[in-house]
Amino acid sequence: MSLRTPLGRVLGLGAARDGTSHWWAERMTAAALVPLGLWFVVSLVALDSPDYASVVAWVAAPTNTVLLVLFAFVSFWHSRLGTRVVVEDYVHSRAARLFGLVFIDFAHALLGAVTIIAVLRVSFGAAA
Amino acid sequence: MKSEHNRPLSPHLQVYKPQLTSVLSITHRMTGVFLSLASLVGAYWLVALARGPEAYAAAADRLGSGLVRVLLMAISFSFFYHLCNGIRHLFWDAGYGFEIRQAYASGWTVVVLSLALTVALWALVFAGAAG
Repeated sequence: MSLRTPLGRVLGLGAARDGTSHWWAERMTAAALVPLGLWFVVSLVALDSPDYASVVAWVAAPTNTVLLVLFAFVSFWHSRLGTRVVVEDYVHSRAARLFGLVFIDFAHALLGAVTIIAVLRVSFGAAA
Repeated sequence: MKSEHNRPLSPHLQVYKPQLTSVLSITHRMTGVFLSLASLVGAYWLVALARGPEAYAAAADRLGSGLVRVLLMAISFSFFYHLCNGIRHLFWDAGYGFEIRQAYASGWTVVVLSLALTVALWALVFAGAAG
């Protein structure tokens, strides 16, 4: 038996029931970003030189391509989850909140796709 | 009826004395949002790389200029802070470190470690540029 009122149910109030998966995904992406993020920073510092040829050679090495794509994908996913919560917490107007959440999803999808395809083009030698 | 007006209110930001724990908490959020924006810099760098040598050289010039360098320092500090404090959060999520003394000890560790890592990173960058 549900203790919720019919009106509350019709209005769609209450938990959306996807909180646990959001929480878990935020933690899993965080855990993955610890080694990926450290690898990225250490690699940048260890790069012989920041000139075009060295950076292309670094991105195109198979291990680096895989790790870069993973780092980009997991970063944008984690960023999307985190910024969504910020909007949900602080933006109270329904319209602005909806706009903010949709903007966050679209912006992350776009930027993630652009970044990953840039890495792949360099790696596969399609860069001009 | 009168007692209703004297009930303790839940602490509100404006009347709540800032403490290490609350300051680090909001800093975690702010660095997180800042890093989300900073991902634009990473995307810009990689897209320039994919567009070829000339586009990359122009982007590298811009990223190496004085003002952008300050921005990159702020990004690197935010990265190390969010990383260290994120690990602190993962320990909490696993159920460890909730005692007040532990929360303060881990908090100060995060502050010192993220500052030290930022300084070490830029010392290496400048040493590499000089050497």
